[in-house]
Amino acid sequence: MTSIGTGYDLSASTYSPDGRIFQVEYANKAVENSGTAIGLRVKDGIVLAVEKLVHSKLLVPEANRRIQTVEKHVGVATTGLLADGRNLANRVRDEASNYRSVYRSPPPLKELVSRLSMYVQVYTLHSSVRPFGCSTILGGIDESGPGLFVIEPSGVAYGYHGAAVGKGRQLAKTELEKLKLSELTTREAVFEAARIIHLVHDDAKEKDFELELSWIGDETNGLHVPVPKDLFEEADRKAKEALENFE
Amino acid sequence: MDHFPTSWGRPRNEAIDAFNTYPLHQRPGHAPKTDTFTDGVQRTQQPIVTGTSILAFHYKDGIIMAADTLASYGSLARFKTIQRLHPVGARTVVGASGDMSDFQYLQNQLDQLTIDEFTENDGHDLGPAEIHEYLSRVMYGRRSKMNPLWNAILVGGKKDNGERFLAYVDLLGTTYSAATIATGYGAHIAIPLLRSAVEGRENEITEEQAREIMTTCMRVLFYRDARSLDKFQIATVTDAGVNISEPIKLETSWNFAENIRGYGAQTQ
Amino acid sequence: MQVDISRLKAGEVNLGTSIMAVQFKDGVIVGADSRTTTGSYIANRVTDKLTHIHDRIYCCRSGSAADTQAIADMVHYQLQMYTQMSGGPPSVHVAASIFNSFCYENKDALSAGIIVGGWDKEVGPSVYNIPLGGGLFRQPWAIGGSGSTYVYGYCDATYRDGMSKEETVEFVKNTLALAMSRDGSSGGVIRMCVITEDGVERLFVPGNELPRFWEGEEVISGKKRVDTAEPMTVEA
Repeated sequence: MTSIGTGYDLSASTYSPDGRIFQVEYANKAVENSGTAIGLRVKDGIVLAVEKLVHSKLLVPEANRRIQTVEKHVGVATTGLLADGRNLANRVRDEASNYRSVYRSPPPLKELVSRLSMYVQVYTLHSSVRPFGCSTILGGIDESGPGLFVIEPSGVAYGYHGAAVGKGRQLAKTELEKLKLSELTTREAVFEAARIIHLVHDDAKEKDFELELSWIGDETNGLHVPVPKDLFEEADRKAKEALENFE
Repeated sequence: MDHFPTSWGRPRNEAIDAFNTYPLHQRPGHAPKTDTFTDGVQRTQQPIVTGTSILAFHYKDGIIMAADTLASYGSLARFKTIQRLHPVGARTVVGASGDMSDFQYLQNQLDQLTIDEFTENDGHDLGPAEIHEYLSRVMYGRRSKMNPLWNAILVGGKKDNGERFLAYVDLLGTTYSAATIATGYGAHIAIPLLRSAVEGRENEITEEQAREIMTTCMRVLFYRDARSLDKFQIATVTDAGVNISEPIKLETSWNFAENIRGYGAQTQ
Repeated sequence: MQVDISRLKAGEVNLGTSIMAVQFKDGVIVGADSRTTTGSYIANRVTDKLTHIHDRIYCCRSGSAADTQAIADMVHYQLQMYTQMSGGPPSVHVAASIFNSFCYENKDALSAGIIVGGWDKEVGPSVYNIPLGGGLFRQPWAIGGSGSTYVYGYCDATYRDGMSKEETVEFVKNTLALAMSRDGSSGGVIRMCVITEDGVERLFVPGNELPRFWEGEEVISGKKRVDTAEPMTVEA
């Protein structure tokens, strides 16, 4: 037993004596060690941004995206294990498709969030599976306006005005709190998002990173799409400038 | 081919309901049969709420397609303002005649297909050729299960290389492509008109001329198709994308009939 | 055991019906006759064909009583689930879509023509028609059942956009009375529901107080036409 610790962390179906499920906490570690992802819910839309750490210069740029589209009006940004993130995105796509086929209308965001969190939660119950090693930011626009949620490896989901997960979440949250999110336009939020990602990236410790930016708003006709090239470059440039002034 | 959608796929019988007055399920002689063989090959369904012809042809800037806004219930003009032209993605339009519930089913399938394609976010989208191929597989697959989708469908649009595309697929999975196509009564009545107006001039006809040709054909169809309506829509697919018009009211002429007397020698 | 289902179907209780739903500014009025027949025998002369689907959504059923009751029960269940899970009442569109799924996917087995009407906070009042074989058609007014074929012309001529509640009630009442008077499979009383944001109000017209129209008595009597036999004019 000594070589394997207390033994309470071997399975998601085992509690520790003080009521914790270590496998879920380890899954959180996978999230905490990965690149930062943030989401901004502003007055007329949503912006998602990800600091995608690039571990090799040989990788094709823009491959293995961490922001994915799961419905016309819904995007997800994942942190943690990339492949787990893809699995979750595919699950939301299936849930969205299922909702449409039953109710013949676009799925409300909170319905997708509740279905996905149920799915994630199931993986914290059984000894035969491992919990998902990722926190998922879901952002979208539906009948009730813009919505932003985070689903954690435990299956718990919270709604946010500004969300940050991953390595730089503390600093990112501090920066998000400074913003007047309910007064920003989606376009302005793109610049803030780019700035925050550049700010939280630790040049000294980290390898290269790629900035991913997507948005949903009036300017995109309510569709979740990557931020267009010219706007992306402008936001990226201004973020770098702001960083130089900051330091 | 028999162009009454209710009769598709059935032996013709002029003695029963020659005027196609009743939807098939309540026609005389449609009582349950006891012949085991015919029961075995009996269609699993029949069209109930139906739309009539679709017309389409190539013109200079792309594809033009037209359909009236009627959904019939046998001879009853039951729904007078339904849309039978459906945009799919950014550069395809699909028009359907035949059973409207099956068409709505296909619309939902195609909408989900475009969402799946959109969420891939890989820089590709589905054009008219892909949509047509997809529909042909669905239609043939269903007919092979002896449970066809009771439609004749036109798919038109612009391919990603800028070429025009126009093709047909029906409840059997039959497909073909041409510069002028029509379904239903249109295949009888409008095609000769369309061919003489369009063939050989596909690259010259302007949008204005194309609309004029279409309107003429829709008018003739309104005169001669008892399941048609004098309200129709025109769809165009050009480099600018898909445009589907508001319903257009046909102008028709009847005044020449005022002085017609009797059916032969009668003069008053 | 060998069962000939087509024989069973033929002997089924049918709602050879006159049903109707009309949208007006503040809500929807659904209405129906009350006759249920097996062949030419009236199995029930006071049927309630207006079926509660949700707080502000009703449906009118025509076709097989068994089929449409089963469908209505299933949709009712689905909408209860929907309400609990989504935390709010469903839209009329959602209700009608579920009806459509059942009707379309089982078109071979069902004979059901259903009109769904109600009020929701997304679009206000709306009416959907789901004919035999499925298909979803939104209309400002819808009529259905065997009696409806006799009154399409009356509805086309009478309906106007923007009618008041009172005008709409008269319209539904007159239409159904006309349909019931011409259709042997329709009759009895008129039941109506006025569905608005505030609630659902039941209206009832007894069979002996139906609006009456021209009935052609002078042809039968052969008597000289009396002045009082003026045809009743249609109000509203």
